[in-house]
Amino acid sequence: MLHTFTGRFRLLTTAAALSIMVAAAPQAYAATPKDTVVLAWAIDDIISLDPGEAFEISAGEITGNTYDNLVNLDISDTSKVSPGIAESWTVSDDALTYTFKIKPDLKFASGNPITAEDVAYSFERAVKLDKSPAFILTQFGLTAENVTEKAKATDPSTFVFTVDKPYAPSFVLNCLTANVASVVDKALVEQHVTDGDFGNGWLKTNYAGSGPFKMMQWRANEILVLERNDNYYGEKAKVKRAIYRHMKESSGQRLALENGDIDIARNLEPGDLEAISKNKDITTDSAPKGTVYYFSLNQKNETLAKPEVREALKYLVDYDAIGATLIKGIGEIHQTFLPKGMLGSLDSNPYKLDVAKAKELLEKAGLKDGFEVTMDVRNTQPVTGIAESVQQTFAQAGVKLSIIPGDGKQTLTKYRARNHDIYIGQWGTDYWDPHSNADTFAANPNNADDAAAKPLTWRNAWDIPELTKQTAAALLERDADKRGAMYQDLQKQVLETGPFVIVFQQTEVAAVRADVKGYKLGPSFDTNLLSTVSKE
Amino acid sequence: MGFLRFAVTALTTIFGLLVVTFFIGRVIPIDPVLAIVGDRAPAHVVERTRIELGLNLPLYQQFFFYVKQALTGNFGTSVLTTNPVLEDIRRVFPATIELATIGTLIGSILGIPLGVLAAVKRGSIADQIVRIIGLIGYSVPIFWLGLLALVVFYAQLRLVAYPGRIDVVYEYTFTPMTGFFLFDAIVQRQWDVVWDLWRHIALPGALLGYFSLAYISRMTRSFMLTELSQEYVVAARAKGLSETRIIWFHALRNAAVPLVTVIALSYAGLLEGSVLTETIFSWPGLGLYITNSLQNADMNAVLGGTLVIGAVFVGINIFSDLLYRTLDPRTRSR
Repeated sequence: MLHTFTGRFRLLTTAAALSIMVAAAPQAYAATPKDTVVLAWAIDDIISLDPGEAFEISAGEITGNTYDNLVNLDISDTSKVSPGIAESWTVSDDALTYTFKIKPDLKFASGNPITAEDVAYSFERAVKLDKSPAFILTQFGLTAENVTEKAKATDPSTFVFTVDKPYAPSFVLNCLTANVASVVDKALVEQHVTDGDFGNGWLKTNYAGSGPFKMMQWRANEILVLERNDNYYGEKAKVKRAIYRHMKESSGQRLALENGDIDIARNLEPGDLEAISKNKDITTDSAPKGTVYYFSLNQKNETLAKPEVREALKYLVDYDAIGATLIKGIGEIHQTFLPKGMLGSLDSNPYKLDVAKAKELLEKAGLKDGFEVTMDVRNTQPVTGIAESVQQTFAQAGVKLSIIPGDGKQTLTKYRARNHDIYIGQWGTDYWDPHSNADTFAANPNNADDAAAKPLTWRNAWDIPELTKQTAAALLERDADKRGAMYQDLQKQVLETGPFVIVFQQTEVAAVRADVKGYKLGPSFDTNLLSTVSKE
Repeated sequence: MGFLRFAVTALTTIFGLLVVTFFIGRVIPIDPVLAIVGDRAPAHVVERTRIELGLNLPLYQQFFFYVKQALTGNFGTSVLTTNPVLEDIRRVFPATIELATIGTLIGSILGIPLGVLAAVKRGSIADQIVRIIGLIGYSVPIFWLGLLALVVFYAQLRLVAYPGRIDVVYEYTFTPMTGFFLFDAIVQRQWDVVWDLWRHIALPGALLGYFSLAYISRMTRSFMLTELSQEYVVAARAKGLSETRIIWFHALRNAAVPLVTVIALSYAGLLEGSVLTETIFSWPGLGLYITNSLQNADMNAVLGGTLVIGAVFVGINIFSDLLYRTLDPRTRSR
C-alpha cells in the first residue's frame, strides 16, 4: 500500500525536478557583441541628465561623454585646459572679458550647426534654471537679469563672456570645463520647452548635445545606452554602443565580468579586486579622483574645539594600516584638502599614528583620562571600516568613540544641521579648480546658524575670518604659479589647525576584460571617456 | 452583503496605510530636499526646492493635499527616476509579479507533495529530510544563499544567466508590450528571448520558490496530519479505497482549504517584492524600487508603492476568501 504511494510519489517528484532542470540545460556562454561595450556600474545616483541640472557622479560621466564644452580639461596635464569647440580664446588686459572663437562647421548630433548663439543660450538657461550646479557660473557675477549681456554671441562664431572681478584666468577657464557649461542644441531644446522651463523637463531624460556619443535611453536604476555620434567633429568613437547596466553588488559585478557577460566592472571592492587580480583575462585600470575622505570635528562641541584635541585626534589614526588594508587599491593616504593632480596640490602627509604624542596633547588640554564622543557613520564601506579602525586607535589614548550608524542621507541630514560630534564622509570637487575645495575647507564667510553659504567649515562651526580672506585673495591671483603657492599655504594651515582629519584620496578602479582596448579612466569623474575604447 | 464588508475592509486598510506611511515619511530623519538637489547645492536652491515641494507647510496641510492628489490617481513624480510614480510602478511591478509567480508555482508544485509525503510517512527518514529542507529554507539568510547560488549555477556551472532581467543584446530586438516579459515574448513568438528570460529568472525564481516551499511544505504536513487522523479517513480505508485515493482525493482535498490561504499569503508576501533577492539579482522590481526610494526619502514613490502593495494584499485576501468558499461547501451554504 505504502509502496504504491512511494512509487507514484517518486514519479511525481522526478517530473517536478526535471522541469526545474530544464533551466539547467548547458548553454554556450554569450559574450557581449563586438561593437558594444557593456559596463556594470551603480548608476542609481542619476536624477537628471540635463547638463544644466545634473550634478551627480554618474551623470557627470555621461555628460562628459555626450556633450562638448568651449574648453576641456587637458587630460595629459590637468592643471591646464585644452580647446573644446572653441578653437582659441583671448583674455582682456583687465581680466574681465573673455572672447572665444568657435571652430567652424561643427554640428550637433541632431545635424544642427553649432554656433556662438548655442553657447550663449546654454549659459542663459543654466543661470536661469538655477539648479544645483548653476553657482559654478553665477559666481562670476551672472544673474538671471544680466546673463544675456554678460554671456553673449557677438557674431555666429564669437562668444564673449564678461566676469565681475579680475579673477585668475585659470579659475575662469577651469570652471568652463564643468558639465554645467556644456553646450546644448538650442534649436532642438526649444522644441521641447513647456511653461518656460528651457526644456528642462524634456532634457532630464533626453539628449541635445554634440559629444562623441549620443545618449539614447536611460531607465532609472536599470540601464543607460549611449550610441556613437557620427556627426562628431573629432575622432569618432570606435564602438557603436556603450551600455551601462545598473548593478550595485560588487560580487555580482565580479561574477558577470569573469563570465564575460560584461566588459567592464566599475564598483569592485578590495576583496573582489584582489580575487580578479589572478585572472589573466582581466586587467585593471585606476586613476586618482578628486574626492577626499575625511572625518571632521564639530567645533560646537567644546572638547573638540580645543586646538590640542584637534591635533591629538590627527595623531590617533592608523593611516598606514588603513592604507594597507581597508582602502587598498581604491585609495591612497592623503592628508591635504586638494586632490593630487590639481593646480596647487600639496603632497604632504605629516601625521602618523602616535599614541604617546596624542596623550601628551590631551593632557595639555586637561583631558588626561580621555573623553567620550560620537561619530555618525553611514553603512557603507570603506567608511564603516575606517570608523571602526579609528574607534580602536582613539581608545588607545582613552578617547571613547561611539559609532552611530545610519543611512547615507540620514547622517548627511544630521551633519548639515550641525548636530553631530564627529562626521565621517567624503568631499568631491565641484569643478576642476583648487577654489572648489578651498571654498569649502578654508573659507567660512558667516558662521551664524542662518548663514547663506554653508560650506564644510560652516557645518563644523569653524570660524576663520583670516583664512576666508586668504581664500578670496587666491581667486584673484592672475599668475598661475603664485596662485598655486597660495593654495599650498592654505592647505598647510588647514592641515595644522583645521577640524578636518583628511584620511585618503579616492582612486577609481575599473576591472576590464582583456579583449577591451583603450579604456582609460580620466583624472575627474567627467573625463572617464569611452570614445577610445575598442574590442578585439 | 459580503462584498460590502470586503469594500469597507479594503478601504479602511488602504486609508490606514496611507496615514501611517505618510507620517512615517515625514518623521524619518532624512531631508527629502537633499535627495533632489544633492549635497553640494547652494543654500538658496535648497530653500526654493523645499517651498516647491510644499514642505514648508504644516503637516496636516501637506497630508490633506496629498490625499486630494491621491484620490484623483495622481501620486506625483518620483524624484529618483523623474517619472510619474504610477508609470514607474507599471514598469517595476510586472517584474516582481513574474518573479513571485514563478516562485509560488515552484513552491506549491514541490512543496505540497513534499508536505504530503512527510505527513504520510511521519517520523520516517523522508519526513526528517523534508523537515531539514524546510528548516534550512526558514533559517538561511537569502542573500547568502543567493550569492552561493550565483557562484555555483552561474559562475561555475554557467547554467543560468547573470544578474538582471534580460540580456543587453535583446534590448534592441525585444519590445515588451505589457511589461510581463515572459508573456510578451511568448505572444510575440520570440523563442530566443523566451529562453534568455528563462535563464535570467530561473535562479531568483528557484530561490524564492525554495523559500515558499519551506513554508508551504511545513503547513501542508501539519494540515495533512490533522486530516489523516479524521474518522472519514478510517472509514475510507475500511471501505477498501486505495491509499493513493485516500491521500490525494480525500485528505488533501480537505487540507486544501486552509492551504489556499497559506499559498495566497505567501504569494502576497513575495509580491511585496523580495528586496534582498532583487538586489542580488539586479532585478528591477517593486521591492528594490521602494527600498531605494525610502533611502532617499523619495516619499511620492514610497507612498505610491505602498498603496499598490496594500491594494494587492487586500485583493489577494478577497480572492482567497472567494476560493475558500468554492472549496469548502459549508461556507458556501452559509
